[in-house]
Amino acid sequence: MTFVSHRHPAGAGATAPVQTFDPQAVRAQFPIFREPRARPLVYLDSAATSQKPDAVLEAMGRYYSTFNANIHRGIYQIAEEATAAYEDSRRRVARFIHAGSPREVIFTRNSTEALNLVAHSWGRSRLEAGDAIVLTVMEHHSNLVPWQLLASERGIELRFIPVTEGGELDLAALPRLLADGRAKLVSVVHISNVLGTVNPIPEIARQAHAAGAVMVVDASQSVPHCPVDVQALGADFVAFTGHKMLGPTGIGALWGRRSLLEEMPPFLGGGEMIREVKLTGSKWNDLPWKFEAGTMPIAEAVGLGAAVDYLESLGMEAIFTHDRELVAYAMERLREVPDLEILGPPADRRGGVVAFTLDDIHPHDVATVLDADGIALRAGHHCAMPLHERFGIPATARASFYCYTLPEEIDALVKGLHRARQVFAR
Amino acid sequence: MSGFDDIYRENILDHYRNPRNHGTLESPDITYEDANPLCGDLIRMDFKLKDGTIEQVRFSGHGCAISQASASMLCERVEGMALEEAKKIGRDDVLEMLGIELGPVRLKCALLALKTLKAGVYGIQQWPGEEEESTR
Repeated sequence: MTFVSHRHPAGAGATAPVQTFDPQAVRAQFPIFREPRARPLVYLDSAATSQKPDAVLEAMGRYYSTFNANIHRGIYQIAEEATAAYEDSRRRVARFIHAGSPREVIFTRNSTEALNLVAHSWGRSRLEAGDAIVLTVMEHHSNLVPWQLLASERGIELRFIPVTEGGELDLAALPRLLADGRAKLVSVVHISNVLGTVNPIPEIARQAHAAGAVMVVDASQSVPHCPVDVQALGADFVAFTGHKMLGPTGIGALWGRRSLLEEMPPFLGGGEMIREVKLTGSKWNDLPWKFEAGTMPIAEAVGLGAAVDYLESLGMEAIFTHDRELVAYAMERLREVPDLEILGPPADRRGGVVAFTLDDIHPHDVATVLDADGIALRAGHHCAMPLHERFGIPATARASFYCYTLPEEIDALVKGLHRARQVFAR
Repeated sequence: MSGFDDIYRENILDHYRNPRNHGTLESPDITYEDANPLCGDLIRMDFKLKDGTIEQVRFSGHGCAISQASASMLCERVEGMALEEAKKIGRDDVLEMLGIELGPVRLKCALLALKTLKAGVYGIQQWPGEEEESTR
């Protein structure tokens, strides 16, 4: 199979905008797609993790082979270089999300750790029995389980914004959830990793703040795919992860409002997060290092900085437009497959994710048939079991797109789905 | 490299489409249910025992073709079998019945029926083949 661009991804034909964004050229900069293999890799699982461009891998390699040293302590040259590179990545990430200051960007292992940081540090110091936390039914387990742990420890009530049949938040329920003033924190996913739904965070944040609650956003699927301005979102905390935005695993970030971060106790204790240590007590370091205990993943932070540069060179608007054109095309083509049901809202209200069921064929079987053609499709509950329960299904198959995804790959998906139906016809 | 034709061999598809020993028993001596949380596969097995043998076994549930075919094959094989003999069935026997090779994720689908059988009848809680898996 060769990928010759013969069809515009919008699928709509005449009204498709003229674009300079060229996914073929992007693809050429990703070694995994250059790797010779029996069948070309059709990677449709970017919502799980993205592929990595040369620029990221080279930046990490350069760190290890030319200035590998621990940061913030060594006074020799390569340690200074490593510290500068690490802090430079923080500045780039801060600029990328429009943070007020790099001090508001705390490096973590991933979104999960960032959300746990908020639950432990802000949650345990501010919440008490009788308080409530408002979440949604479409949360990834990473924005659900940390709050469950906190809730059971403190006697806190969890409340949930329901999800409509169409896969969107039922915001009519929100005023009621906030009405008694007990809700102290609202935490919502920006773009659903299953439904693709883009949630109206500014409106939710406005209501949360009016009720005296802080607003947390799980931006794992949005920071990688669309322009995100944490100020415009109106959030107090925003969590995201590097490996879904062309960066390496093991690095993510929490953005928090400085006034809140300043007042919060540390999350993990250890080296680097302290200013002064005595045997029976310590004084904490300044932001953001107060929250970065122990040696951090330096090469990964450097890689994330390179990923941000790369994304900015493509343009986040262009990436999001590409995602949305692909998802519109995919939803149009998937309609050709009999007995296929798509979850979630129409294409114009979602990001580059489409989850579906195919007759009563288990999604694992669908994914296995497609795997034989070199198509990487996700099958399962995508770490959102309550959402699947909401729709009364144990699992879905999911295709997700990114800057390197081609419309021809969606054609291959549709072809594979037709064959899966034939294989499992009873 | 195995394609889907290899994974979904005709006998697997046959058991998936026409499962043997499918259903439930009126008043089973033992009922056990287990699930694979990764993919939502669920298998329930009902057993009737007599004189140290599995007189009757029925399975129900839902899941992927491999999990359901594996349950069908396993039930067909152990019905009428002495408990002591059934106890010896292991991971390799199941894979041999299926006639395929599987990666670690799909292996859990294939072995769910065996896990249900062993846990139900013998109270063995360890995942069959757990030791082999850990050294893979």
